[in-house]
Amino acid sequence: MDELLAILVAAAGGLAGGLVGVGGGVLFVPALTVFLGLSQVEAESTSLLMVALVALVGTASQRRYGNVNLRDAAVVGALSPLGVLIGVVVANEIPQRTLELCFAAVVLFAAYQLVRRALSDPA
Amino acid sequence: MRDRILKLAEIGTLAGAFSGLFGVGGGTVIVPLLIFWFAYGERLATGTSLAAIVLIGLLGAAAQGGLYGNVHLVTGLLLSIPAIGGIVLGTAIQQRISQRAVSLLFAALLVAVAVQLIVP
Repeated sequence: MDELLAILVAAAGGLAGGLVGVGGGVLFVPALTVFLGLSQVEAESTSLLMVALVALVGTASQRRYGNVNLRDAAVVGALSPLGVLIGVVVANEIPQRTLELCFAAVVLFAAYQLVRRALSDPA
Repeated sequence: MRDRILKLAEIGTLAGAFSGLFGVGGGTVIVPLLIFWFAYGERLATGTSLAAIVLIGLLGAAAQGGLYGNVHLVTGLLLSIPAIGGIVLGTAIQQRISQRAVSLLFAALLVAVAVQLIVP
């Protein structure tokens, strides 16, 4: 049952990415902690792999519409390792409860962005 | 040119830190900065951000897995299948549904997730 719910929430995360452009990570992480019992940092780490694979498929479809500047994307990605390393080390060194609460703040911010966009959208 | 690369490096570093810390893509950081610094349109910013996230996500997973052994590889690969199914479906029906209703629905889901996280 829990596995099924994890699958559903992961699908919802991908769906959200395709529909409203909010990355699935904010849903992948809780799917992994709540339904599959991973710790916060393990869930975040596993989510990164999922985010990369989902983004790969998303990039391929966006590219067909001419919505990708591959050069700029490559520079951003290629120059990200220092930041990535800092983030990863901090995530592992701070107390897990603190990480969990900060992650909850990120989730709330994503919700706020969605509401703001929904209210400013004429349709 | 040099200024542009410096700014892109800043975006990469900030998004990388955000991504590594929280296990999310970093689009929250990349999209607005591409719009403000380089006058990208929203769609181009989102697409370009997705492409950058492929690299950032892989780097993050490699660091988490290589340095700390935190990645559950099989679980991640298996759960990626419904997630990819979701994004393919979402992209396909994007034009045919009310963005407003879907945005509000996902916002409600995220608030429920946050409450679940905050309540011990």
